[in-house]
Amino acid sequence: MSDTKVKDPFRKYDLSFSERLYIPAIMKGMAVTLTHFFQKPVTIQYPEQKLEVSHRWRGRHVLKRDEFGRERCVGCQMCELACPADAITIQAGEVPPENRHLHTTERYSVTYEIDLLRCIFCGLCEEACPEAAIFLTPFYEFIGESRESLIWDKEKLTDKEGGPIFYKD
Amino acid sequence: MLDLSIVMSMAFLVEKSIVTVFIFIVVLAVVAYATLGERKIAGYLQDRHGPNRAGIGKHKLWGILQPIADGTKFFMKEDIIPDKANKILFVLAPTFTFCAAGFIMAAIPFGDRITIFGREVLLQIADINLGILYILAIGSLGVYGIAMGGWASNNKYSLMGGLRTVSQMISYEIVMGLALVALMIDHGTPALRQIVIQQSGPIWHWSVFSHPLGFLLFYISVFAECSRMPFDLPEAENELVAGYHTEYSSMKFGLFQFGEYTHMTLASCFIATLYFGGWTIPWVAVPENPGLIWGIISFGVLWIKALFFLFVFMWVRWTLPRFRYDQLLYLGWKKLIPLAIFNIFLTAGLILLFQKFGIAG
Repeated sequence: MSDTKVKDPFRKYDLSFSERLYIPAIMKGMAVTLTHFFQKPVTIQYPEQKLEVSHRWRGRHVLKRDEFGRERCVGCQMCELACPADAITIQAGEVPPENRHLHTTERYSVTYEIDLLRCIFCGLCEEACPEAAIFLTPFYEFIGESRESLIWDKEKLTDKEGGPIFYKD
Repeated sequence: MLDLSIVMSMAFLVEKSIVTVFIFIVVLAVVAYATLGERKIAGYLQDRHGPNRAGIGKHKLWGILQPIADGTKFFMKEDIIPDKANKILFVLAPTFTFCAAGFIMAAIPFGDRITIFGREVLLQIADINLGILYILAIGSLGVYGIAMGGWASNNKYSLMGGLRTVSQMISYEIVMGLALVALMIDHGTPALRQIVIQQSGPIWHWSVFSHPLGFLLFYISVFAECSRMPFDLPEAENELVAGYHTEYSSMKFGLFQFGEYTHMTLASCFIATLYFGGWTIPWVAVPENPGLIWGIISFGVLWIKALFFLFVFMWVRWTLPRFRYDQLLYLGWKKLIPLAIFNIFLTAGLILLFQKFGIAG
């Protein structure tokens, strides 16, 4: 391209008089902002209005029960192994004979703790679980007044009633 | 027995005190709500709501109590004076800025005269016959507050902000003064009340129609004087942290902020007075014996005009990006000052021409 007339590669063309005045451009910009002034704000007023989240949203965990109300978790510690943030702590144990009707097998998790402050909500525990016991739910509003209060134990995590394995919203 | 002249001067004192306090309260209320308005307008311009939580009880009322909450917060904050700061100047600077801005209100005609108990009361703190000069002089005193604050903070960013303010304000004061020279040539007086009365009548009597160039120059320089957005280099936050008020906290910072908004509000009043007919209503003649109602109407009309300009201040702020420092001085000295001088000669020439051919200007 030898016939190009551009001398300064950074300047494509000389500004015309009206462009050098800048006033038309300023007016155009002001018109743009003014149209936005009369548009409806897109804000979601949080505590009153809430964002609709997907049913696949990865919020806080739930430990599911099966159709008979038995705990699905067998304490295999696959989730603990899968957890990249080391948020899950499980102590597995054998089910006492008198509680056998509450569990699917002889093995169960004696304690099951998730440190929600460590958790990165990646959902790998959900993928690793062979028993479809742990799921992440769309529930995202949890606060704690101390670090300890956000370490959720089995009682807080376990679903109160049994049912299908997928979280219904 | 009281001497009649003493009674009269006492009545004068009382009426002036009442008018002064009234205007002071109205201006401060407008200024307080200008801070809320700025944030609301910023919000709406960006498709947000702006502050809308500080209401009464369950009713949010568009955040109507936000200025009170802000003020309370300012007073509750820790007041920090840096160790190596010049303490006297450091404390004096925000006060000075605020006062310099507030004194402008003394000369602005906020309304026509009203007749109460057989006495004519001007809705103006002082009808100075050098009103424009007074306002220019007092308005430029605001530079000292900012420069003092910048220097006394013992912080390089503050100092840079202060220095920038000084050169910016001095440059644009020239433009402002020159633009007003043309206006004063036309009106033949620097008394603001006279200028307002001369603009009554049809809408084309407003000076903005006879001085479009002068208005543009004046308006641009007002933005620079108030250090508002395209020219807010004194506090350019991405270069200077917060400029001259980097080290200020608590109510001292609040006073700086309040001073800026006072300056802006009164500058809006000043623009409305000079170029948009002040308190007069287009096509409505100024009555011979104005009553209280006319006083209230004229007061309201000025504020409507002023609030519009206040809105434009905020609108521009959330539209335009900031100038670079050399661009600012380039614009001031190489473009606006020659234009302002040209405007003076143009106005003077046109007036001479009109007088020669006997056309009323």
